[in-house]
Amino acid sequence: MSLVVAENLKKTYQLGDILVTAIRDVNFTIEPASFVSFVGPSGSGKSTLLNMIGCLDPPSMGSLQVAGRDIVRMDRQQAAQFRGEHIGFVFQDFNLIPVLTVFENVEYPLLMVQNWPASARKKRVSELLEAVGMGDQGNKYPRQISGGQKQRVAVARALVTNAKLVLADEPTANLDGETANRIIQLMKKMRDEFNTTFVFSTHDPKIMRNAEIVFTLEDGQLLKRQNEEGGAHA
Amino acid sequence: MLNVIKIATRNLRRYQRRTLLTSTLITLGVVAVLLFISITGSFKQMMVGQITDSMIGHLQVHRKGYLASIDNLPLNRNLNPQQVAKVTQLLGDTAEIESFSMRIKLGAMFSNFTETTNIRLNTVIPEQEVKTVPLLTDRIVQGEKKETLLQKGQILIPELIAKGMKVKVGDGVVLVANNKDGSVNGKTFTVSGVLEGISGPGGRDGVIHLDDAKELLRISGVEVSEIAIRLKNMDDLPGVFSVLKAELESIRDKNDRPVFEVHTWEKLSPFYNIAKMIDLMTLFIKIMLVAIVLVSIMNVMIMAVYERINEIGTIAAIGTLPGKIMALFVVEGFLLGVLGTVVGTVISLISIAAINAAGLTFDFGRQSNLVLAPTIGAGDVITIVLIVIGIAVAASVQPAFKAARMDPIAALRHV
Ligand SMILES: Nc1ncnc2c1ncn2[C@@H]1O[C@H](COP(=O)(O)OP(=O)(O)OP(=O)(O)O)[C@@H](O)[C@H]1O
Ligand SMILES: [Mg+2]
Repeated sequence: MSLVVAENLKKTYQLGDILVTAIRDVNFTIEPASFVSFVGPSGSGKSTLLNMIGCLDPPSMGSLQVAGRDIVRMDRQQAAQFRGEHIGFVFQDFNLIPVLTVFENVEYPLLMVQNWPASARKKRVSELLEAVGMGDQGNKYPRQISGGQKQRVAVARALVTNAKLVLADEPTANLDGETANRIIQLMKKMRDEFNTTFVFSTHDPKIMRNAEIVFTLEDGQLLKRQNEEGGAHA
Repeated sequence: MLNVIKIATRNLRRYQRRTLLTSTLITLGVVAVLLFISITGSFKQMMVGQITDSMIGHLQVHRKGYLASIDNLPLNRNLNPQQVAKVTQLLGDTAEIESFSMRIKLGAMFSNFTETTNIRLNTVIPEQEVKTVPLLTDRIVQGEKKETLLQKGQILIPELIAKGMKVKVGDGVVLVANNKDGSVNGKTFTVSGVLEGISGPGGRDGVIHLDDAKELLRISGVEVSEIAIRLKNMDDLPGVFSVLKAELESIRDKNDRPVFEVHTWEKLSPFYNIAKMIDLMTLFIKIMLVAIVLVSIMNVMIMAVYERINEIGTIAAIGTLPGKIMALFVVEGFLLGVLGTVVGTVISLISIAAINAAGLTFDFGRQSNLVLAPTIGAGDVITIVLIVIGIAVAASVQPAFKAARMDPIAALRHV
């Protein structure tokens, strides 16, 4: 069963008198454990689409199922709960909580979103920090680590709850080429390790080359679906 | 909940200077209010004590209508023997009453053999009077402060007359008075002491023995203008007052009008209005405290929410439920309030102890060297603490609600 199923998905925004169509009539599916990228020029609708998949923004029309749930008719509370249970997020600006240490940032979803007991939390957080190569940095605060390290922590935070789907809107836009590449490699490794589906957006050709499935958006339309050489994964 | 407190605490520490400023403001407010309450409270208590214990007593009973014309010291509105008997029986049966003192009040001519002036006299049975107004003897500034107050043939004269007429202790004086039929009589007295004047009714009256007054006025039986009452415990005042009032007002004359009137010291002394004013000022200063806390916490919390829009977007996207986001901010405001209040309360209590230890004195009217002994009840402290913390929480609710309702996408996009 597909993890994400979008049918005739449409998103419009009312900007004063003008109706802006951000996504027009889009159909696609995303399979479990796939490594997917949405690419396209600025304003093509990448963020809009990711926000809809991430239950942050309801579609205007069409149907959208994530992890078997119809997410079109969820209210705010239900959407928040659904995100907390099933979806991890990695942001362009890392968005770690500055008053929490690296360890506490990764622990946050287990503590404040799900209710994990202390010992299980400790074990799980250590495991994830180890997996992203930040095992010895747990006591540092976000301001004490580099951008690349922050994004590693963010990846750990997105994965810590065993989310089925991790959404990353331009996760490498604020990183230099070398670091960006390493983050994408890390995400791929995590996919291999935890079987998590990764969906990210980018307009960097070097980054998109790493995706196994690439959806190209242009002016709100899904132009092609293309399996690149990176798509060796079954 | 512990995690919410932890995060809120960290955020307060993150903006240390602001947290310090705001909590200092709350601290100052709490200190101002608690010190004000305790100092004015002790001042009030002391003043009330002076007034009730050296002059008025806690309650007074008169013939109906006496008080309205008390300035004229009318003799035709005295209580007759049957009326006195009724009242004394009722007072004797009331357990809360410590003692009462029967007085005749009258106006007379006062002569030192060369000059003459008017004098108002409070005539008393010394044993009753000293029990009912025990601080009266303290008001004797010249002459001996005797337990027995005075004897027949002696007079305590008010300071004003002592000065104005140049009369000293031991001097002989003459009092001349009209009785209620209009006939005139005179009697000589020896000045046994000079009484310090205090403000309020009777505060500048001379004192003689009741038997002398009867002789002067040619009264044979029992006749009383005023019965002053002292309670064992002043807290019983409202209860005793309402009982006495009900009992005494039920006694009617032929025309079905009440025979007696009873008043508390509050009605009798102008100081009661000062006490009321103090209470009003306390209320105002409490309102100011509430305003300070409300405005400062709300201001800080609005800023906190505004500065952290991105963080709010992040935790909301991750799946933090709106209620929890709200709790994060409300707890932050609550902790800020608690910090200011705890520090303020500690400083206040230490200050109160210090004032007591220093033994500060002040003057009130003619009385000097009254020791300022501020105290504050646990009830007052708890009330103020609860008010301040409650207001701190209330002030955070609106900003916190705003944070909880924020759209995650808009919040994440905010720069
Ligand atoms: N909240 C909004 N209100 C109005 N219009 C919006 C809103 N969000 C997006 N849009 C419009 O929808 C279209 C798609 O925007 P979107 O942010 O999804 O593009 P994008 O591909 O993510 O661009 P970028 O690469 O710059 O991030 C744009 O025309 C944008 O102006
Ligand atoms: Mg975008």
